Amino acid sequence: MRNVKYLLVGIYFGTVLTKSEAISWLRIQEMFRFQSFHMYGIIMSAIATAMIGVLLLKLFKIKTAEGTTLDIPKKEFRFKAYLFGGTIFGLGWAVTGACPGPLYALLGAGNLVIVVTLFGALLGTLLYSVLRSRLPH
Amino acid sequence: MLEILSAPWPWYVSGPLIGIMVPLLLWMGNKKFGVSSSFRTICAMCTPPKSVADYLNYDWKSETWNLFLMIGIIAGGYIGFNVIGSNSNVPLSQAAIDQLSQQGVTDFYNLLPADFFSWDALLTWKGFLRIFAGGILIGFGTRYADGCTSGHAIFGMGTMQWGSMVALIGFFIGGLIVTNFLFSFFF
Repeated sequence: MRNVKYLLVGIYFGTVLTKSEAISWLRIQEMFRFQSFHMYGIIMSAIATAMIGVLLLKLFKIKTAEGTTLDIPKKEFRFKAYLFGGTIFGLGWAVTGACPGPLYALLGAGNLVIVVTLFGALLGTLLYSVLRSRLPH
Repeated sequence: MLEILSAPWPWYVSGPLIGIMVPLLLWMGNKKFGVSSSFRTICAMCTPPKSVADYLNYDWKSETWNLFLMIGIIAGGYIGFNVIGSNSNVPLSQAAIDQLSQQGVTDFYNLLPADFFSWDALLTWKGFLRIFAGGILIGFGTRYADGCTSGHAIFGMGTMQWGSMVALIGFFIGGLIVTNFLFSFFF
């Protein structure tokens, strides 16, 4: 199946997230209290690596594995949505100590109570889809 | 060798390994690295097409790759924790340990301190807010902002879509509000 490769990539990502402790509530509290460089180091070096990788792909005009031209998907910039949505997510990130990727990794690592958080996230998504037209974007 | 693997990985190893996800997924098929989109896909899958808001009425079948990624992440969590897991406390700074101890943490070993995250915690109002409402904030916020840390910080900034910086600032505003003003509300 065409999508199995994404499963493998997910396994890789989940393993790295777990070993990096980016999924630890303790590390996230530490981050929001500026008590360690650890999480900032992860985020900044991840961004730098991503940038270098993307630039290399463009520089060498690498085609995708499917043979198509590289075409970076654009995220539609919406200032208010980014700021308000981002802040709301940030509240949740500090409370649970996790963002979406870590939520899944935590589940796999045996923290089964996190399934409640994931249900909450799905409910939040439903709420957003219903309220969307009334929210500033 | 196993000791190197079983200790927590330093930021300068895990950061770059995470960053690789961006060019990797682009190379694999022009895929936009991000995890919160899986919430949208799952909701769309579970609701009949015409009965719901426009937001969930889209071609989710072309985005199922992110569900495979999600399942992989769950498996990766299992592997990272059980197969190459560590046997020691999370190596926090002393300042963090001191402050968190004052705020009620006694469990510094688990990724989620047992003091605050357990099935029993759900039976208290604060615990329910923390574990369930925290999730609602994550789902609502990431979909409103159209991305989470992976999608905006790593992918957005990594592909030089600087608008993502606004989202990242939002993330931190929210996080700092909870940690500095609302902590006792949830803990």
